[in-house]
Amino acid sequence: MIKQIDTRGLSCPQPVIKTKKGMQENPEGVEVIVDNTTAKINIERFAKLSGYKVESRKNDAEYVIKVERQ
Amino acid sequence: MRSSWIDGKKGIIITGAIVGIIAVCLVQFGNPLNMGLCIACFIRDIAGAVGLHRASPVQYIRPEIIGIVLGAFFMSIVRKEFVARGGSSPFIRFILGFFVMIGALMFLGCPLRMILRLGGGDINAIFGLIGFIIGIVAGIFFLKRGFSLKRNYKLSQLEGYLFPIIMLGLLILLILRPTFIYFSESGPGSMHAFLYISLLAGIVVGAFAQRTRLCLVGGIRDLFLFRDTYLILGFLSIFISVTVTNMFFGTYKLSLLGQPIAHVDGLWNCLGMILVGWGSALLGGCPLRQLILSGEGNIDSVMDFLGMLMGAAFSHNFALAASPSGPTINGKIAVVIGLVIVAIIAYCNTEEISFFRKGEIDGDKTN
Repeated sequence: MIKQIDTRGLSCPQPVIKTKKGMQENPEGVEVIVDNTTAKINIERFAKLSGYKVESRKNDAEYVIKVERQ
Repeated sequence: MRSSWIDGKKGIIITGAIVGIIAVCLVQFGNPLNMGLCIACFIRDIAGAVGLHRASPVQYIRPEIIGIVLGAFFMSIVRKEFVARGGSSPFIRFILGFFVMIGALMFLGCPLRMILRLGGGDINAIFGLIGFIIGIVAGIFFLKRGFSLKRNYKLSQLEGYLFPIIMLGLLILLILRPTFIYFSESGPGSMHAFLYISLLAGIVVGAFAQRTRLCLVGGIRDLFLFRDTYLILGFLSIFISVTVTNMFFGTYKLSLLGQPIAHVDGLWNCLGMILVGWGSALLGGCPLRQLILSGEGNIDSVMDFLGMLMGAAFSHNFALAASPSGPTINGKIAVVIGLVIVAIIAYCNTEEISFFRKGEIDGDKTN
């Protein structure tokens, strides 16, 4: 079961920090829930910079970002 | 979502260049020197215009502020990013905004004006930049250890529309100029570009900054925290375009002394900007970014705006703001109090180091 991180409602840069911590604890990958495009773009950029594969899907007003080791 | 040229580094660089050119051009059109755009100074002028303080040289309803909010509002509507949210430690945000303003009026400028001053050759701003970086690093220290003002929640759409509507109200007051609104007859407040030029400039800046998420605190923060260069490119781009545009108009003057609306007390320039950098890092963005978020329906940022407005009023009512002749004793005391209060807020809201708040910060996880 892939670990899910909830970053909804948090201001910058906490969604990315939480994702970073999650990735350190789960090097295989994590799933991150965000509720705004700023956090989505920031997390995607961070994950790509860290050499991870990113896949996002829209879920109503939220996004679920799947960050996986390549 | 379709990606376009503006989504990448090109977009943030172009945005920075546009902001820089507009800021210097606004000086040509009548705004004070090295102050084509300053979020802190302009909020302060608005506070004066509506009589929250009575410092007669700094009273004017700055259309740039109105434009930035409306530009961000329109862009967020077009992009379907407008969402009314709030409830993330509103009073702490108010207090942080208050002290960010106290710090900015010690230095005499927000982070944006700091770049404008650097790009105008004002060496005093280097002390400000050093302080700004120290402040952001202090903020990062707590952020890395779990600092959080807790999450926000969705609010009714009306709540989100209210702030842009208030900005429209201010615009009407500016156009009608009723006698109960104060307008400076001399000093920086009397120096301004033609209303509609300022308004248009603000709208363009607001729209681009919303689209690219330009943030001057975020630039340094993300570079240190994630080795992410996206936002710092916007910061550098503003600096370069301001420098080049100033040289073009012949308004570039490299010196320590005789800089417009600046003082030469390096220590207090630095301490003022530590307060700005630290407070803004905890808030999640610089004053410009907070204005943009306010236009997008973020009520937490509106609380920050109100804190800055009140901070500006206090600054001039109690002689806290510095002037070209230097800082005041009251201002120094206020900056020190601000640093202590920001430290307490940072400590008490940080999961990993605050023993008496442990476990509470993430209380929303159970929802």
